[in-house]
Amino acid sequence: MPTLTAKKTSTRPARPAPELIFGDLWEFDPSPETADPKLKTRYELFINGQFVAPKSGKYFDSINPANEQKLAEIAQASAADVDAAYQAAKAAYDNVWGKLPGRERAKYLFRIARLLQDRAREFAVAETLDGGKPIKESRDFDVPMAAAHFFYHAGWADKLDYVAPGRRVASLGVVGQVIPWNFPLLMLAWKLAPALAMGNTVVLKPAETTSITCLKLAEILQDAGLPPGVVNFVTGAGDVGAAVLNHPIPAKIAFTGSTEVGKIIMRSLAGTDKKMTLELGGKAANIVFDDAPLNQAVEGIVNGIFFNQGHVCCAGSRLLVHEPVAEQVLTKLKNRIKVLRVGDPLDKNTDIGAINSKEQLRKITAMVASGVKEGAEMFQSTCRLPTKGFYFRPTLFSGVSMSHRIAREEIFGPVLSILTFRTVDEAIEKANNTAYGLSAGVWTDKGSRILKMSAELKAGVVWANTYNKFDPASPFGGYKESGFGREGGRQGLLDYCKLI
Amino acid sequence: MLARSPHAALRRLFDDVGTVDAVGIEERVAKYGTRSIKKASKLWGLKLAASMVDLTTLEGKDTPGKVASLCQKALCPHDPELGVPQVAAVCVYPAMVKHARKALGSATAVRIASVATAFPSGQAPLKTRLAEVKAAVADGADEIDMVINRGAFLSGEFGVMQDEIRAVVEACGQATLKVILEVSELETYDNIRAASFLAMRVIREGDFIKTSTGKTSLNATLGNNQVMIEAIRDYYLDTGVSIAMKPAGGIRTAKQALTFLLAIKETLGDAWLNNARYRFGASALLNDLIRQIAKENTGAYQAPYYFSEATESY
Repeated sequence: MPTLTAKKTSTRPARPAPELIFGDLWEFDPSPETADPKLKTRYELFINGQFVAPKSGKYFDSINPANEQKLAEIAQASAADVDAAYQAAKAAYDNVWGKLPGRERAKYLFRIARLLQDRAREFAVAETLDGGKPIKESRDFDVPMAAAHFFYHAGWADKLDYVAPGRRVASLGVVGQVIPWNFPLLMLAWKLAPALAMGNTVVLKPAETTSITCLKLAEILQDAGLPPGVVNFVTGAGDVGAAVLNHPIPAKIAFTGSTEVGKIIMRSLAGTDKKMTLELGGKAANIVFDDAPLNQAVEGIVNGIFFNQGHVCCAGSRLLVHEPVAEQVLTKLKNRIKVLRVGDPLDKNTDIGAINSKEQLRKITAMVASGVKEGAEMFQSTCRLPTKGFYFRPTLFSGVSMSHRIAREEIFGPVLSILTFRTVDEAIEKANNTAYGLSAGVWTDKGSRILKMSAELKAGVVWANTYNKFDPASPFGGYKESGFGREGGRQGLLDYCKLI
Repeated sequence: MLARSPHAALRRLFDDVGTVDAVGIEERVAKYGTRSIKKASKLWGLKLAASMVDLTTLEGKDTPGKVASLCQKALCPHDPELGVPQVAAVCVYPAMVKHARKALGSATAVRIASVATAFPSGQAPLKTRLAEVKAAVADGADEIDMVINRGAFLSGEFGVMQDEIRAVVEACGQATLKVILEVSELETYDNIRAASFLAMRVIREGDFIKTSTGKTSLNATLGNNQVMIEAIRDYYLDTGVSIAMKPAGGIRTAKQALTFLLAIKETLGDAWLNNARYRFGASALLNDLIRQIAKENTGAYQAPYYFSEATESY
């Protein structure tokens, strides 16, 4: 591809540099998704198969980040509620779920998956209202993928004799789980499905800003006839999370969230015999070589960083691009992000929705300011933003070096840092020069280079000529400060059992 | 020896213009299908699509009478009250050009396109093909749709392929040229991109590249269209020369046409959203566009017999 730019310079006619016009010649009319999310005005805790009021009697508001309006009140759990949830989970494990054969557990999981599919549109709208992600993502990714995880693990539940060849497996008991706000329903499915398939019972805390789809799933668990206490949901902020993680009952703790909190959890669990899996932050390198199909690479870069407003732990937030094509890739990227539509998450044509919370918007804004201050060159699309709600323009930083904060710290927003490299070894070195190691992307036409890169990149997932592809059968997890343990696939199941 | 093999020639061309990832391009175009175009924006798109149609009849059984009624439909696709615009052009075989000219007259915005150069195979001596082009232009064709020498492309003789296109450009004179790549015979997206570049480098600003003849099993798809419009974009950003695009064959429904237009809007931008830069080669499409425009106006679908439905009888 480099010759394309090199050889034409002499014949270029003397006229202004060609520009593409992405204006409003053909504007789209609003196209909101109209399914009813069937929200309640108040959501209680889900303990022992029942919705129960919190002992404190306190509730907090869940707001819609797209317009800052209140959606519902969510129960504020206390340590006493968490304890009640664990007692229920323990009783359910000892008396019912732990004794149930795998083929019986499978039936419940299949039922949950089907009920979720039946109510897919309703859940998609609720997810979008609560979290701010565009409806096309919650409709085409989050909800179907969550159902797929229940289906996949339902299939395993009666085949656990084969999950660890030559060994037998047994359930752990009660597990405590805490999940983040970026994929509320999907992370819930990632955590619940393997735990239940293996025969464990669960106490789970959703993120404070995104509890609604979790509590809506509780309705499905009731409809599926899941025995009381097998799954319990407690809602609230960090103190509730700490109570879930530090309770004496759980045999295992699973956490997805920030590396900062992950470290606190590890410290608090040191010296206990609890099993632990942590899925934490990332600063993934998306590496583009000069022989890559550049137009598709640009698509992958955009998908890698702007999917879900960049609120993705495996987001390809560092673009490493081969020097000969750096200029070209940057031009293509700029033209591509000009057509991304930022706005009302419920509109079916929205590509980038609302930032999840005011707090997160503040963090992103601060990181972007630091990028400008440290001397990187910023490009933002000029699209109109809604006046209310939390929005951030898709942002590119070029001329970034490894010492910049925007190249080292997780931003968790629609902000891409672009660095260049000259050789394969330099690409690998730069990609691995990070505290994280969750994922990476490689774009090249050369198959052998893909194999070399995937062996040498210290990342749990390496995507080749694509990005952000997920499947319930494919294990997901990190290296270094991105955590440990795997979710999905056979490996994910092994993290929810003991081998005997 | 090895360096002169067709394989080496193709390899060098791919290095020059870049390759296409098939999975990636299909993923990209699938996103156009999830766009939701409603109300005023839908009506605007439908009318734009109608104005871009090259209303086509390319059959052995074409007669002056059929061509005349095709031309009437091109001039006035439906009850004028509905506001369906005139189509961009009629597209006929060279022998029918003079009949089309007679039916349309000379003071019309509807252009006459003619498939020449031994359409659809192109398997005739160059001299014959050029003579055909000249005859069609002399009879009043405003636009010539030529086929490339796919045999030359696939055997790595790019010079032969480009020289032939250059010769046709010359034979066209003032007429606009559309270069048909016949994508189904090129088979891979890599080849389609490479052939697009070879053609674009020898045609003039405002000339077209076109997907297919409509005479083979696979015609215009969103994927082929995307590969070609990305080639047009890359060539434009590189040289400043804007090439136009015409997908042909297989686009039958209004919904399909809107999806193709979305690809243009998001890839080439507003400057290509007009019939000087983008066309649809189609015969049945116009009827569905009229039906959908009527539906947008009245709020209900009308019975098929309210429209001159069959493409056999305009």
